[in-house]
Amino acid sequence: MERRDFINLGGATVGALWVPVWGRRVDGFWGSLTPVPVADKKALADVALNAARQKGATYADIRIGRYLNQFISARDTKVQNVTNTESYGCGIRVIASGTWGFASTNDVTPDGVARAASQAVAIAKANSRLQTEPVQLAAEPGHGEVTWKTPIKKNAFEVPISEKADVLLAASNAALQNGANFVNSLLFLVNEQKYFASTDGSYIDQDIHRIWPTFVVTSVNTQTGKFETRNALSAPRGMGYEYMDIVAAEKFAGPAGLGTITYRDAYDMVEDAKLAAIQAKAKHTAKSVEAGKYDLVLDPSNLWLTTHESVGHPLELDRVLGYEANYAGTSFATLDKWRTHSFNYGSPQVTLFADKTQSGALGTVGYDDEGVKCKRWDLVKNGILVNYQAIRDQVHVIGQTASHGCCYADSWSDVQFQRMPNVSLEPGTKQLTPEQLIGAVDKGIYIVGDSSYSIDQQRYNFQFSGQLFFEIQGGKIVGPLRDVAYQSNTQEFWNSCVAICDQRDYRLGGSFFDGKGQPGQISAVSHGTATSQFNGVNVINTARKL
Amino acid sequence: MAALTSQEARAIMEKALHFSKAEACEVNINANAGGNIRFARNTVNTAGATEDKQLVVQSFFGQRSGTVTLNEFDDAAIERGVRRSEELAHLAPEDEELVHPLGPQHYVDSPAFFDNVANIAPDYRTQVAANSITPAKAKDCTAAGFLQDGSQWQAMQNTAGLFAYSRQTGANFSITVRTNDGTGSGYATRECNDLSKFDVEAASRIAIEKAAASRNARAIEPGKYTVILEPEAGINLLANLIFNLDTRAADEGRSFLAKAGGGTKKGEKLVDERVHVWSDPAHPDVPTSPWQGDGRAYEKTDWVAGGAVQNTYVSRFWAQKKGIKATPFPPNLIMDGGTASTEELIRDTAKGVLVTRTWYIRSVDPQTVLVTGLTRDGTFYIENGQIKYAIKNFRFNESPIIMLNNLDAIGKQQRVSGSDAGITTLMPVLRIRDFNFTSLSDAV
Repeated sequence: MERRDFINLGGATVGALWVPVWGRRVDGFWGSLTPVPVADKKALADVALNAARQKGATYADIRIGRYLNQFISARDTKVQNVTNTESYGCGIRVIASGTWGFASTNDVTPDGVARAASQAVAIAKANSRLQTEPVQLAAEPGHGEVTWKTPIKKNAFEVPISEKADVLLAASNAALQNGANFVNSLLFLVNEQKYFASTDGSYIDQDIHRIWPTFVVTSVNTQTGKFETRNALSAPRGMGYEYMDIVAAEKFAGPAGLGTITYRDAYDMVEDAKLAAIQAKAKHTAKSVEAGKYDLVLDPSNLWLTTHESVGHPLELDRVLGYEANYAGTSFATLDKWRTHSFNYGSPQVTLFADKTQSGALGTVGYDDEGVKCKRWDLVKNGILVNYQAIRDQVHVIGQTASHGCCYADSWSDVQFQRMPNVSLEPGTKQLTPEQLIGAVDKGIYIVGDSSYSIDQQRYNFQFSGQLFFEIQGGKIVGPLRDVAYQSNTQEFWNSCVAICDQRDYRLGGSFFDGKGQPGQISAVSHGTATSQFNGVNVINTARKL
Repeated sequence: MAALTSQEARAIMEKALHFSKAEACEVNINANAGGNIRFARNTVNTAGATEDKQLVVQSFFGQRSGTVTLNEFDDAAIERGVRRSEELAHLAPEDEELVHPLGPQHYVDSPAFFDNVANIAPDYRTQVAANSITPAKAKDCTAAGFLQDGSQWQAMQNTAGLFAYSRQTGANFSITVRTNDGTGSGYATRECNDLSKFDVEAASRIAIEKAAASRNARAIEPGKYTVILEPEAGINLLANLIFNLDTRAADEGRSFLAKAGGGTKKGEKLVDERVHVWSDPAHPDVPTSPWQGDGRAYEKTDWVAGGAVQNTYVSRFWAQKKGIKATPFPPNLIMDGGTASTEELIRDTAKGVLVTRTWYIRSVDPQTVLVTGLTRDGTFYIENGQIKYAIKNFRFNESPIIMLNNLDAIGKQQRVSGSDAGITTLMPVLRIRDFNFTSLSDAV
């Protein structure tokens, strides 16, 4: 995603939160919260599919989508921005002469969709001149008329803006009262009302919801001219406004004495902001890390991002095949390694799975954007690379007959393509808590929260940082650290995994704005992990003097 | 889509302002039309055309404002949009930092629109793809690339008397060529406003040459090396310095410009005094719109000169509060260059590393503008004035401030945007001492 596609809602350069702008700005969702009647969408879909067939398409699908977004931002004690966007239209994809064609329109009328269908067929036929391999589409049964909805308890779009703004301001006040100098906070809400129909006989109506509350707290020391930040430990989720409920059972207190709290299926934003202020201030006096090899104990709020970059992306089949070579890159996890059935992606403890059905996850839907029913499958089983993420026109390459169901487009106007499903680390089967895990580490660092991240274009070499670092000596946490980043190689890193806490510690993290493709599209995806231990990882000191 | 003329834009906006009953009202029109083609695995994957036109109406009542966007342009729709923006303004919370519309401004002429780009047809895009794929195939390579081109029109008018109109064209091409044995990769980009300055064949040729030359790279130890950063490599680092020149962040103590005891380091020597980075919306090689979306005029502005930060950008609110000039965010960048080519800088290098592209650059410590990232698509070892062999890619942890302090030589400029930076820049090739590579990458 290019920087120019973003607006800065944070207001400050440091710790600013850049969000992509899509959809058109609207002043309210008049009538939009009530989806277009399914019968109307089905009638329009049939017009498009028939038009495509009449023009010579051997396959066609249509996505009629209304995409609603709401962003509320606050700076210190003031709400700065309430932005609503809405986008409504449809995209039609066809196969004609063995080649894909796509056209989109915001003229969602019988004439409009028929015209777009005809245009899509014309584009397919024109592109077929350059086609070297006809599209091979894996079979998918027609699902008939079905519906799916994110199982939300409270529709965040129906919660008054004042109530949502009050939470941001309460968080700001909590941070400012506890020593923070500045607070930038944000609440993102997404509702995708998507209707999919195809010539396979599927008519799928879905109502998808996502939410992300987040902030950056800054502590400034004017004497030294230094500043420290601590970001929210929330996760973006595929949930409704119930994520903002305060639920004691969903809080995870860190090891005794640290004062850290992380969250599972409900987020206490005010409490987190208060702790962020205290912890940002404490960073000024934390010990600067001594570079070297450490055993790392990574909280799920940190490990999700490492999983995303070093497992999620390299196992996207389109990257492996070279379709993303000019932008996101290719992959070290090549087909020849997979074909050996013995490529050690990780240690035997490591099982990594894809799951588009995981409750509360960002990438969870009933059906993907080409009408495939969603499911769970293994990518790495007991350390061995066993599968990829593939869609209908790719899966034949790996000798499989059914799509994995991970096709997605971020709007009606863009063509759908392979996007990462939720990719997660299976929790350990033996009872193990983070405290027990830390107790067995002689020289290590416990890391909470995500921060700086960078990985090469084939996903070998990476560097990650975090929000909070604690030094472990002789099985005990001895104090906070700063200036920490860990560098490793994907295969070495996952093979250094020696212990994973059990299901009780399993939590989701995620990315709201994962970028891919040209022109760029975003997607949202979650990653579940439990606190895990990785031995002998290279840690660098990031302090510099200007 | 037919072009949006100044007269057409004015007629639409005057209509909207005529309907306004707010204390103040501002109207923007943004329109664009263009197309793209994407290829990979030596075949075209997607091709498309897009166009859009939007009217944005913002109404003001005291410290409250409401904004609506619409894409219908008949009288009834425009009036409905104006009324809705007024309703929303009444419902909005007060914003202490809201600033009212600007009065009339003076804008420079910027030669940014060229018919030869506006008139690009689908056949041209197909031919560009074919001209990349054919020579790549002939060299046992696989090409992946993307071309996008188009025209943009912007106009704004408000009740304070400001009227602005501008139009630009742009074409951007990038190509990655990989050798079919998987051991070499090359990359090149070209971008322009004027198609007569758009040599995409040269980009494809360079990418193919780099792919072949970077095969079978050897590993050398990470550490501090003299590096030659080609423009595509250097811009991603330089942009991280420029994007951190926010006045308010510096004043609030949360920027590398913050000074112990208060105040900022603006005006103090921070980098080599040969460094001169500036913006100019009318620069013939990197022309842009002469005004920002809020109506502020882009002017020729020095960001870094004589080794010191000279200007910082600022919001209109913060400028008013501090009683300073409201300098807008840079529309483009120009870093002064020299006359030496990359080859000439190599000939003059005893031992070093040629970096042709940097990738996945992310902030590590905003206090020192420390960033991490990797080299990609052709990294080479230089000894005694010659490229000796291709080397494996490195991860670096480096601050552009430290980097520009260690400036050794400046060469010729090239127009780039940078895959991480995303800002149109006239960027020179740089030779830097003691560039900090911290680990090796096996990626090709």
